[in-house]
Amino acid sequence: MNVKELRQLFPILDQQVNGKPLVYLDSAATSQKPLPVIEAIDNYYRQYNSNVHRGVHTLGTKATDAYEGARDKVRRFIGAASTEEIIFTRGTTTAINLVAASYGRAHVREGDEIVITYMEHHSNIIPWQQVAKQTGATLKYIPLQPDGTIRLEDVEQTVTPNTKIVAVMHVSNVLGTINPVKEIARIAHKHGAVVVVDGAQSTPHMKVNVQDIDCDFYAFSGHKMCGPTGIGVLYGKKRLLEQMEPVEFGGEMIDFVGLYESTWKELPWKFEGGTPIIAGAIGLGAAIDFLEQVGLDHIAEHEHRLAQYALEQLATIEGLTIYGPKERAGLVTFNIEDVHPHDVATVLDAEGIAVRAGHHCAQPLMKWLNVTATARASFYLYNTEEEIDALVSALKKTKEYFSYVF
Amino acid sequence: MSFNSHLDTLYRQVIMDHYKNPRNRGVLEGEHVDINMNNPTCGDRIHLTLKVEDGKIVDAKFEGEGCSISMSSASMMTEAIKGKTIEEALKLSTIFSDMMQGKDYDDSIDLGDIEALQGVSKFPARIKCATLAWKAMEKGLHGQQG
Repeated sequence: MNVKELRQLFPILDQQVNGKPLVYLDSAATSQKPLPVIEAIDNYYRQYNSNVHRGVHTLGTKATDAYEGARDKVRRFIGAASTEEIIFTRGTTTAINLVAASYGRAHVREGDEIVITYMEHHSNIIPWQQVAKQTGATLKYIPLQPDGTIRLEDVEQTVTPNTKIVAVMHVSNVLGTINPVKEIARIAHKHGAVVVVDGAQSTPHMKVNVQDIDCDFYAFSGHKMCGPTGIGVLYGKKRLLEQMEPVEFGGEMIDFVGLYESTWKELPWKFEGGTPIIAGAIGLGAAIDFLEQVGLDHIAEHEHRLAQYALEQLATIEGLTIYGPKERAGLVTFNIEDVHPHDVATVLDAEGIAVRAGHHCAQPLMKWLNVTATARASFYLYNTEEEIDALVSALKKTKEYFSYVF
Repeated sequence: MSFNSHLDTLYRQVIMDHYKNPRNRGVLEGEHVDINMNNPTCGDRIHLTLKVEDGKIVDAKFEGEGCSISMSSASMMTEAIKGKTIEEALKLSTIFSDMMQGKDYDDSIDLGDIEALQGVSKFPARIKCATLAWKAMEKGLHGQQG
């Protein structure tokens, strides 16, 4: 399918914003949803909405099959060995918090270390700050190179035999850096630490194989990969998940409930207390089908081309600073001299162009970059070179506009 | 030159003037009311210092980082509240809040430059930028009221 055909599957893209055709360059915040996903959710609610795992009735069986079917699609999609290793969560944040609250608190002791990087999203910083505070462990940061990449020798330097957890993002939501997670996992394992990978910005855009990376945990969100909000995934190695205690207790996750003691269901359900996110999982399953049909390699190649084109074109604007390395995922974060990114985003919005402005949930990274905020344009399978041209032309106007009002 | 009249309702000349040449920039010394406030969703930050004597704001200064709207609003606000009583300053804040929400506001008081921020109400995503300094002022003055 070419981009033009693909775009027709995203009805939201065909509209005017502030009198201009919408140019949606904020997919790193959330992606748009194609018709097959919208229809799968609609179809579930219209035709077989039912609770899962308990009804004897026909609709209940249908809903359970679809929910568990989505789990198997996820398993296949990220190359996990078994569906026991796939836990549905509310999103990446909940998934990382689950690992921190369950594995972290049980295995981290005073004097231990948790290692993260300067580029992490708040959702991969704060859960570890909390574990460190509660256990008396130390939180350590792997430094960054000036271009926003990580050197393996710095990983080697930071990770020690006292390190229990290494948590790192696969792809940076600000710099676009693609981190060498496989090599980082190897170094961490050498010291006996487990590796938690935040896959929020990688899973939607490239082929991910958790067994090849050999990470212990991998977290991602459905809404950034054409799926609905409110659904995400925690992958964990079975051996580790088996030892871990649930963090939410109640219906769905129990085996036997006595007056004073209860036992848990087997994996993965012991981590899914309460009625699960059924429509969300079904929507995510449809999103995976869609992405596989388009082809993850095709998507990665398309976005790489867009990112390189954007870097080239943005470099023609004087006074524009780009953050992050040349080889990068499909996003570009920048600032224009003397124009605050909020003002940039407002002017772009007036031109129908949606970008993100702010600290991108990465305040420690903003500090490292020595800025308070930046603007970010992020791309997905439905974006085009023409849209980047529109961005560049609007940014040039922004500069002129602000030099005029000044 | 102007390419978008919609934007001109937001970025009025007087706003840009306050952004470029902020009034009352700095930190007061001696005894004063000290308020720090952030806008956590976007990273804007203000440090406001107010000197209050006998229920009157005799001096006001601000420091901070943020967009044209948040910084110009802070500049205008410090100008407007100097010499006002606590009650008058809080009344002004209510009027400003009404103005931001696009409500009818008390127009018996001359707002001066602040009037230029009226256009912000047409840009819902930017209202929080404009109100940051005012929220800081309210927080500081509420602590001063008997």
